[in-house]
Amino acid sequence: MNEHNVRNFNINFGPQHPAAHGVLRLVLELDGEIVERVDPHIGLLHRGTEKLIETKTYLQAVPYFDRLDYVAPMNQEHAFALAVEKLTATEVPIRGQLIRVLYSEIGRILSHLLNVTTQAMDVGALTPPLWGFEEREKLMVFYERACGARMHSAYIRPGGVHQDLPHELVEDIGKWIDPFLKTVDDIDELLTGNRIFKQRNVDIGVVKLEDCWAWGFSGVMVRGSGAAWDLRRSQPYECYSDLDFDIPIGKNGDCYDRYVIRMIEMRESAKIMRQCVDRLLGDAKVGPVSSIDGKMVPPKRGQMKRSMEGLIHHFKLYTEGYHVPAGEVYAAVEAPKGEFGVYVVADGTNKPYRCKIRAPGYAHLQAMDFICRGHQLADVSAILGSLDIVFGEVDR
Amino acid sequence: MSEALQELSSYIGEAAGRLVASADIAYGELTLKTDGARILDLLTFLRDDVQCGFVNLIDICGVDWPARAERFDVVYHLLSPRQNQRIRIKVATGEDAPVPSAFPVYPGADWFEREAYDMYGILFTGHPDLRRILTDYGFEGHPLRKDFPTTGFVEVRYDDEVKRVVYEPVELKQEFRNFDFLSPWEGTDYVLPGDEKAKQN
Repeated sequence: MNEHNVRNFNINFGPQHPAAHGVLRLVLELDGEIVERVDPHIGLLHRGTEKLIETKTYLQAVPYFDRLDYVAPMNQEHAFALAVEKLTATEVPIRGQLIRVLYSEIGRILSHLLNVTTQAMDVGALTPPLWGFEEREKLMVFYERACGARMHSAYIRPGGVHQDLPHELVEDIGKWIDPFLKTVDDIDELLTGNRIFKQRNVDIGVVKLEDCWAWGFSGVMVRGSGAAWDLRRSQPYECYSDLDFDIPIGKNGDCYDRYVIRMIEMRESAKIMRQCVDRLLGDAKVGPVSSIDGKMVPPKRGQMKRSMEGLIHHFKLYTEGYHVPAGEVYAAVEAPKGEFGVYVVADGTNKPYRCKIRAPGYAHLQAMDFICRGHQLADVSAILGSLDIVFGEVDR
Repeated sequence: MSEALQELSSYIGEAAGRLVASADIAYGELTLKTDGARILDLLTFLRDDVQCGFVNLIDICGVDWPARAERFDVVYHLLSPRQNQRIRIKVATGEDAPVPSAFPVYPGADWFEREAYDMYGILFTGHPDLRRILTDYGFEGHPLRKDFPTTGFVEVRYDDEVKRVVYEPVELKQEFRNFDFLSPWEGTDYVLPGDEKAKQN
């Protein structure tokens, strides 16, 4: 064949491809099997969340956050709650903080379990998802027992959490931790030393630390490249500074390091959960779970039925909602996928004037072209898996 | 934390005061204001200066203020992992006044600027590929502008006769309900029906 007959080949990856982790359409330009250019087309799941939040009161905006990263719903609500609390200068009581931390870590395990196991599936393993999803299902039952919904919980609200947890639930979460660590060990044994898994992941998708920062990466992506950066430690919120846990960091910045970090983070999360459970059954066994400011948090049902003031507060908070003082804040949490931030511009009324959602996956996905260039076609799905993309938050 | 922020603010004022129009600290966050002509120099300074080190681009977004002459704010959020500080930079711009793209300073600005263009119609000069990103192929208008209705203008459905998805003007079975719950005793800036004479004397 003559030289001029050779030309690059374009293929369409997705939006219905199982390894696209949702509705991602990638237009790949290939030279043989080598990827020359990646053009991700996103927005197929765009629902206009930010526009909708502008037309809702602060309390009504909470459920939209569950629907962003639907793999770890409460972590998103947490960021919004922190932003509103920053504007209104609200303090959350310790029991409420511990419940928030407990459920944030459950969210982290939910997300990492899904990511690690489906990443293994992307490179050909079938057993890890079966093992991991069993544990996810148990965690979703804990979600359900706390708030009544498996996924879209609307549980962490500005001011605290919606309801107190029953002690049996906290005990059951405590009992779940040890068998779970056993499952993590099993998945670890299956994958970490696995020759095929290593061949598909080691030295694939290497990102240098400078590039990580410049491309706006956060979370596991920067830790995999060697930065000891975790918002739970560096800019602590809630009671994270009182808790004992370690931050794993990687050396090579490849897909394999990111996988290992996620495995270790699950164990660290279990450690945090253990401490929260102990305190929720120990020194913080009783006490309020949300701010006692009646102008922000609605009264309990029983109180509402007996007290005139409670009734007025209930009516006002569920119709007009509370007013948030004018100003602008940015609040971020260490979500499982990276830094999830909410930028709220308040104009002093009961609705946010502007609510920008900064999703970690958005910044990670835009670097697909940068990371994939020069890799083989088969590596695209391995890299995509290790970026940990969920389309609910990328498309918003 | 706030002292460190104060220090950072005065340091930026000394070292790059000509690039900044104003700086203030509210809710424990530092906000700088500047204009389109100086934004790239300011971003480069914040990234490269040893005492700043804002190497991580967190976010770029637009905010719409329709009543203003320059109706948009472009808001940049940066993070300095070394100083463990965050900073916010705001640039005001109009509908047809472009802002220089931050892409040469932070490659991660690419999609954030595309999103700001898509949602608000803010133009960025020097951007390598300023296309729409989140909205549909062939979408018209800029949905996050305050004058764009929440319901939008078109809706899609699959048409069995032509065997494809068709676009039609939006038709609501029930009007979009955006209740005004602002208390009439505080907050409203309009005159309530029947209350026209209340404030005359």
